[in-house]
Formats: sequence, structure tokens, C-alpha cells
Amino acid sequence: MADLKTPAQATAPAQATTTYRESVAEGIAREMRRDSTVVCLGEDIGAAEGVFKTTVGLFKEFGPERIWDTPISEQAIIGAAMGAAMTGLRPVAEIMFSDFLACCWDYLANEIPKVRYMTGGQVTVPLVIRTANGGGLGFGAQHSQAVENWALTIPGLKVVAPSTPSDVVGLMASAIRSDDPVVFFEHKGLFASKGPAAPPDHVIPLGQAAVIRPGTDVTLVALASTVPVALSAAQALAGEGISVEVVDLRCLVPLDMATVLASVARTSKLAIVEENPYQGGWGGTVASIVADEGFETLDAPVRRLAAACVPLPFADRLEDEVIPSVRTVTDAVRKLSAY
Amino acid sequence: MATTTEVDLLDLYEQMSVIRGTEKAAQDLFLAGLVKGTTHLAAGHEAVAVGASAALRPDDYVFATYRGHHHAMARGAAPAACLAELMSRATGLCKAKGGSMHLTSAEHNMLGSYAIVGSHLPMAAGAAWSAKLRGSSQIAVAFFGDGATNIGAFHEALNLAAVWRLPVVFICENNLYMEYTPIGSVTAVEHPAADRAPAYQLPAEVIDGNDVLVVRDAVVRAAQRARDGEGPTIIEAMTYRHFGHSRTDPAKYRPADEVEQWLARDPLLVAKQRLAADGIAADRIAEVDARAAKTVADAVAAAKAAPEADPAEAFTDVWADGGAQWRT
Repeated sequence: MADLKTPAQATAPAQATTTYRESVAEGIAREMRRDSTVVCLGEDIGAAEGVFKTTVGLFKEFGPERIWDTPISEQAIIGAAMGAAMTGLRPVAEIMFSDFLACCWDYLANEIPKVRYMTGGQVTVPLVIRTANGGGLGFGAQHSQAVENWALTIPGLKVVAPSTPSDVVGLMASAIRSDDPVVFFEHKGLFASKGPAAPPDHVIPLGQAAVIRPGTDVTLVALASTVPVALSAAQALAGEGISVEVVDLRCLVPLDMATVLASVARTSKLAIVEENPYQGGWGGTVASIVADEGFETLDAPVRRLAAACVPLPFADRLEDEVIPSVRTVTDAVRKLSAY
Repeated sequence: MATTTEVDLLDLYEQMSVIRGTEKAAQDLFLAGLVKGTTHLAAGHEAVAVGASAALRPDDYVFATYRGHHHAMARGAAPAACLAELMSRATGLCKAKGGSMHLTSAEHNMLGSYAIVGSHLPMAAGAAWSAKLRGSSQIAVAFFGDGATNIGAFHEALNLAAVWRLPVVFICENNLYMEYTPIGSVTAVEHPAADRAPAYQLPAEVIDGNDVLVVRDAVVRAAQRARDGEGPTIIEAMTYRHFGHSRTDPAKYRPADEVEQWLARDPLLVAKQRLAADGIAADRIAEVDARAAKTVADAVAAAKAAPEADPAEAFTDVWADGGAQWRT
């Protein structure tokens, strides 16, 4: 994403700023301080402090008893995290790149989301799987995918994808405190982005979308990396007299459709901005619910702006063609507004 | 090392008899149309479950496979609850949401039966890791079939458990067949579990899995190593299925003389021979047999009398709050 920008925030000027990257470690550290059963495991997360530097300071503060370096064994990482979660710990497991979730997909598809249900509620799995998701950094097809839609297809997983540093901390708190398994997508393209630091004891409940920019003409629903894209498009369109409301979903499960439906009821037009591919992307679920339950409030077809249905290419010029950009979103919303 | 007393062995024999009777009842109930789906009966494998269980503390963790009825019962699950689960009854061990392949009794720390081959070995390692971090001196045991030794999760679990020196025991129930295929024809080593142990610098034993005392003693040794902080052990227990892989499999691929040989080594017969050798009177064994038969008959009656699962249960237990709500 060539045009990723830090989202505009209405905040007190005196508030300290921090990065999304630092907020990941901060969010984990806050929970580790308040709950001794929180432990971390993953590849290179300890002394090396994470390949994305999202675990900086954890090993130093909490030591090898609570921060565990693992081999490159995604099944062992997630399987062991599951076993530990079932027996009294709250593990936070890192899968370095979200593409690698495919290496341990059995645990996300068959084990973790189903064990409570298929045992009739006998087993609890308070587990967080963190992973660096998404494109825009030129890592090619096996290290750049936005795969949040993979997790959305499986009943029994909670799915979180924050867009700001403060949300990272607030949602991390809820994810780690959750007695349900949570897949926590950290967007690689947002790691360097800055925003206000989370206040003390910041907790954002899972399943609460945020209307981060009010507007009257078109609702733009976005998630993680597409939030700053949507905000930039909204800002550009404001200059043309088009008022865009931006909703940051924050979570795919629980999915806060009440906020989306209420926004569409106000604007009567909806565009959804996704980084995952159009085929099977999460916007299809959002659109279908709006079609089912908000049809009368719509004055135009629902537009989905998602990644093209190709593997992510390497070169910046090619990758920019595939992932929705401020330009493509702006163009689409302009047309939708005129519908 | 545990010492064997008459009472011990009689008790283990009775547990095995109850499991055998329950497995036969499951087969009969299936043929009567009262059990749907599939079952993977463990008749023939009883000594592995009962022997291992006798070596464990009640708070140790057990993870099993889709062929796991014997492990659930050996850890304390009631035969009636197991049969009710197979029969889709409300009183089923898992409220009729799991079925034959997922028998679980968390109150006995029997933390599940998993139907994706090998998936639970890393879980057992994780439970052992948890016990180690909590300083509880519990151990975890993963039971798995010979077929699981060729899947990645087996090797990932062994390596992680070895490098983290986890208090876990990996017990392979080698029944010679990976579903319908002889394990030897698809595995590069003779002993699919034990022969892999040296690669992870883990101790391993190949044992007679049809002798409940041999199993118990091996697991006592392995459990002690685990509790002493010496890490994982692999036990490969040689055993044999009395039925096919699953209910649709008549197991015609097994040579008749092989079947005959193994049936002569039926774990119940082996235990009976030991009891006789110990001078236990035949009428005492008959008494135990009768009691086991009554336990099973009562379990069948209770399961048959239990109500069907309430349809509303389909929408509970997805989340920790008990519900299934995924959106607003």
C-alpha cells in the first residue's frame, strides 16, 4: 500500500504518541503484568524480540519462564498453546507471518474452535494466536497475504484486526482476557504507523466497531490496513462535498453489524474496503447481512472494494494494482455517491 | 515400581472386562440401528488404557484418539455416559455433540479424543508445558495409533517436548495396521514410534501392549522420569484390534493365522492366566465377570432409557459464555 497513512485522530494534543509495533508489545506486557498465567511462545520472540520487533522488552521483563522461543514448528506452537490453554494458562502464540497459519491450519480449523463444542462445553481454550498479516511491503505471494477471511470461515474463532496503536492495546487486553480463542491479526503495513498511546487500563470489548469519522452520504466499512485508506479517501472526498462515514470494524467475530446497519440507515449507501481477495472476502458476509436486513435502507448497490483475485505479486507497481488504494476507493465512492 | 497384588490385577481385569463389554454393546447397538455415524472400537486395546491409567495420578492429563472409548472409561467416564453419547442421548458424555470419536471427560482430566490423526500430540506437550510452568508435578499422556507416527505433528511434538524437557509420555498403540494398510508397508522403520525416538534423543520401549501389568510398569517408569524432570518417554505398545478399523471395515485384509495368534493373546486372557497363576480361584474371576456384565447391561439400559438430545443444544457451548452468538 503506497498510500498507507496514519489515521487522523481527534485527540488531546498533549497525549503521547507511539507506534502500532510498540503497542503490540505494550498490550502483551500489560496483560502479563496483571496475570501470571499469560505466557508467550513463538519463533524468535524472546532474546531476538521478534522479527517485526513486536515483542521488544518482553523477554527482558518476563524472562525465559514466560517468553518461550520455539522451533519452526507451527503445529507444535499452536498445538502446545492449545494444550496449555486447556490446562490453566493463557498462552499468546505468535505465528510469524499469517501465511504460515496454513502450516497449522488443522488447529485453527478443526481443533481450537471445536473442542469446547464437541465436548459439550467441558473444555475452555483461552488462547490468543497473534500473527503479522497483509501486504504492502513487497514480500511476495507467500509473505503478504491478508488472510483474515480464512479465520472468519470457522465458527468458534474470534477474529480481531486493529487499525491503530491504541486499539492494538485495548483489543489485546480483551483478547488475552477472553475465555474464547482469538486470532489477532497485526497488520505488517501498519507496524510503523503512529497514533496516540493507549491510556492506562485501556480495554476495548471484542465486537464493538467504531464510527471513526461521521458522514451523511456514504458509509465506508473498513478493517485494519483499509481503515487509513478509507479515512484518506473520505478526506479527499470531503473537498468535493461528499460526506463519508467511516466504520472501523475492529473485529470480524464478533461482527458488529448493528453499528454497520445503523450507519447505512443514516447514509443509505455502503462501500466495503477489504484487503483480502474479493473471492471469499469478509465483505461478502457484511454485504449479505446488509442485503438481508438493511435492504430497505439502501439507495444504491453495495460496493465491495477488495484485493484482486490473484496471488500477491512482488513488485510495488504490481502489488499496488491488486490491493485497494486511496485512489480506487475514492473513485468508487464518488460514483456511489452519484448513483 | 508398583507392586502387584491380587486385588490390583483383579481390579484391572474388571476394568478391562467392562470396557470390552461396552465395546461389544456399542457394536450391537450399532447393528440395532441405535448408534449412528461411525465407531472405532478399542476391543483388544484394553490393556494399554487400563494399564497406563493405573500408573497415573488422577490429576494427570490424558489425550486420546478417535479410537478412544477405552481411554475415557479407563480414566473414569461412566460406560452409560459413553454409550449415551454414541446413541445421541442428552445424557451423553459430551451432550451428544461429540459422538464416538470425541469422548472427553474433563472432570477426570481426560481432555479429549481427537479425530485428526496426530493432532493431539502437540496438545499433550502443551499440557505438560503448562504443568511444568505451574509446578504442579502433573504429567500428560498422549495415546496414538501407529499411523500417527508418519504425520508431521508427531515429529513436531516429539522435538518440542524433547528440547523443552516436558513431562509427557507418548504411548503408541501399535496394532499393526494404519486403517487398512499394514503399517510396515508405509513406514521406513520397523517400530514406527520407538525407532523414531533416537532422532530426538528420547528413551523408548517396545512392550507387550496386551499385558496390563507390563503396560502399567512401563508407564510407571515413564511417569516417574517425567515427574523427575527427565523429560518425555516413548512407549510403543504392541496390540491388536478385535474389530476392523471402523464399523464399516470387516478387516478381511488381515491373515487368519495372524488374527488367531493375536486373539490367543487377548488382554483379558493374558490377565486371566496371570490371575490363575497367582492362584486366584476361578469362581472369583467368574464373580468379577458377572459384575462387569451387569455394569455393562445397566449402562445399556440407562443409555436406552435416556432422552434424545434437545435440539436447542445445537446452539450452546460454542463460546465460553455458553452461547453461539457471533454478531450483533
